[in-house]
Amino acid sequence: MDLQTITYLVVGASFALYIGIAIWARAGSTSEFYAAGGSVHPITNGMATAADWMSAASFISMAGLIANMGYGGGLFLMGWTGGYVLLAMLLAPYLRKFGKFTVPQFIGDRFYSKTASTVAVVCLLTASLTYIIGQMTGVGVAFSRFLGVSSDTGIYIGMGIVFLYAVFGGMKGITYTQVAQYIVLIAAYLVPAIFISLQLTGNPLPQLGLGSQISGTETSLLSKLDLVVKDLGFDQYTTSMPGSMLNMFMYTLSLMIGTAGLPHVIMRFFTVPTVKDARSSAGWALIFIALLYTTAPAVAAMAKLNLHATVNQAVGLETTASGNLVVNPEKVKANADLYATESSLQYEQRPEWMKRWEKTGLLKFEDKNGDGRIQYYNDKTKNADAKAKAEAAGWKGNELTVNADIMVMANPEIALLPNWVIALVAAGGLAAALSTAAGLLMAISSAVSHDLVKGVFNPNISDKNELLAGKISMAVAIVIAGWLGLNPPGFAAGTVALAFGIAASSLFPAIMMGIFSKKMNKEGAIAGMLAGLFVTLFYVFAHKGLFFIKGTEYLDLIGGANSFFGITPEAFGAVGAIFNFIVAFAVDKVTKEPPEHIQHMVESVRIPRGSKLVDGAH
Amino acid sequence: MENNSSGYWQAVLGLLTKILIIWFLVSFGAGILFAPALNSISLGGYPLGFWFAHQGSIYIFIVLIFWYAKKMGDIDRQFDVHEE
Repeated sequence: MDLQTITYLVVGASFALYIGIAIWARAGSTSEFYAAGGSVHPITNGMATAADWMSAASFISMAGLIANMGYGGGLFLMGWTGGYVLLAMLLAPYLRKFGKFTVPQFIGDRFYSKTASTVAVVCLLTASLTYIIGQMTGVGVAFSRFLGVSSDTGIYIGMGIVFLYAVFGGMKGITYTQVAQYIVLIAAYLVPAIFISLQLTGNPLPQLGLGSQISGTETSLLSKLDLVVKDLGFDQYTTSMPGSMLNMFMYTLSLMIGTAGLPHVIMRFFTVPTVKDARSSAGWALIFIALLYTTAPAVAAMAKLNLHATVNQAVGLETTASGNLVVNPEKVKANADLYATESSLQYEQRPEWMKRWEKTGLLKFEDKNGDGRIQYYNDKTKNADAKAKAEAAGWKGNELTVNADIMVMANPEIALLPNWVIALVAAGGLAAALSTAAGLLMAISSAVSHDLVKGVFNPNISDKNELLAGKISMAVAIVIAGWLGLNPPGFAAGTVALAFGIAASSLFPAIMMGIFSKKMNKEGAIAGMLAGLFVTLFYVFAHKGLFFIKGTEYLDLIGGANSFFGITPEAFGAVGAIFNFIVAFAVDKVTKEPPEHIQHMVESVRIPRGSKLVDGAH
Repeated sequence: MENNSSGYWQAVLGLLTKILIIWFLVSFGAGILFAPALNSISLGGYPLGFWFAHQGSIYIFIVLIFWYAKKMGDIDRQFDVHEE
């Protein structure tokens, strides 16, 4: 069977499974629709949370980013996992005890204010909508590469499928579908990683392979990689860092706080039966996430080494007659001259997978010195040694550009794995994008129907009509998300930073103070949220333009790029959060304490006894 | 069996402080601030600071959450506020 047929079969079967589950788990009541009736086992919930959390970005882009950034890429690994420790200890159990469906509802009730809950709804919608654009674009890319349809058609198919299982199944359908999607995506990630780890190090576990010696040698994989990239003028892999240490620190902190404050993740913890389950469920979620997140750095380093070895014979891997990449221990030990003429791969002899990816434009070759060979190195290096060697060898500039996103997608092709594995990776990428999109839609729908329609405009709405409002707002959100996916506003990358920045600087501090500071009043909380949101937006817009409109950047006003202690806009969420806390406590000091019954409510939220099923009562 | 709500909350905050210190030390400490120094030690083929940033802190995060869940269960029972 050819690749196309197998891909259709595998992807088709996985979709049939998701829709089947949605029909089986149809939601009857609002409680089932928003919180799966509060009946999901913590391990099941952990798995669903993992699928919810790991988006197209985690699955497709993260390993490529780490391959480019080296050690500094660890900020994604630590940031996107460390947030679960905060979530488990500071938010999840208390929000579960509070026993309502949504984050804005907690903020509105705790701070006895419709204004507070409306501010929270605005933050939630901005964070979720910006996040979902990336998912829809991801669905389009994955479909177009693997099913051979246009990217637009891919997005329409994706919209239809999410609509089916999100609208009919509600949270219950989404939860069980996400469990299936987790299994598909993790298998798709691990199978090629295990295979490549075996090829390079003989160790089947990528987590151990990354710290092992290259097969048949005494040279560790990481030290070989360091040697090769440094010689070619790149930064040393195991120490290179983006910007200053302070920036890496704040970037990591922003991702952690943002993770803990993202509403579609938080609301997963309303679906477990008890407070006790909410605590352990975060741990289970992290185990399932860690399976991918500890594999990703291995995929990154190994794919990087494979890529260098493919275009430079002196690295020490050889392509066999069948096109497979194998280690040649003698050559690895020899550390031959990377700049020797015959080391560079002849363009005509490039492997099949390079030809396939050239067609997509994500991999490009330009023969600058006209020798018919591929020279891949850092031509902007500050390393005088590498510069001199390149000049002496007659290299006229880097000739190969590789889009970071293809590292994971092309991985099974580089290692010449069977076609079913390539098809599985396609299904995995789609599962990652669809599961996250569904979770985000759920958060959007509940915020609109429950917090706005029921909470603000029409408190007497019947259960049945609220459910209908929820389904309609979900359908509208899908159409908007699809439209944004079809017409991506040229700032997709910037918006992800914004989503984390907003969650970190507005929602997380407000929820945390609501639980841990009994005396925090509504004036303090609202002022804090607005202040955190404002400084973060101010700093991000200074770099990227007002509402991301090109030409409206105002860097002069803040004194140049990254002017705040060299912190990049992506890393600014943590500063916004600190600002939020300071303003909230200052305002709280000069205004009057919250009423007695609110202080009692905080006390009751703090203890697990008396937890009941989640409900929607306002 | 003790029963006083401020005692319970003090015990909870004590546990949180302990866990947050470890959380900070493994990620921001070993993974970032002290990583350059730790890199001179190697763990198999890993430089130690690099290992904390790319692997170790994630494993320790998992342990921390389950440790927290277990300890909280103990504190709940000690102060008799656990769920029935």
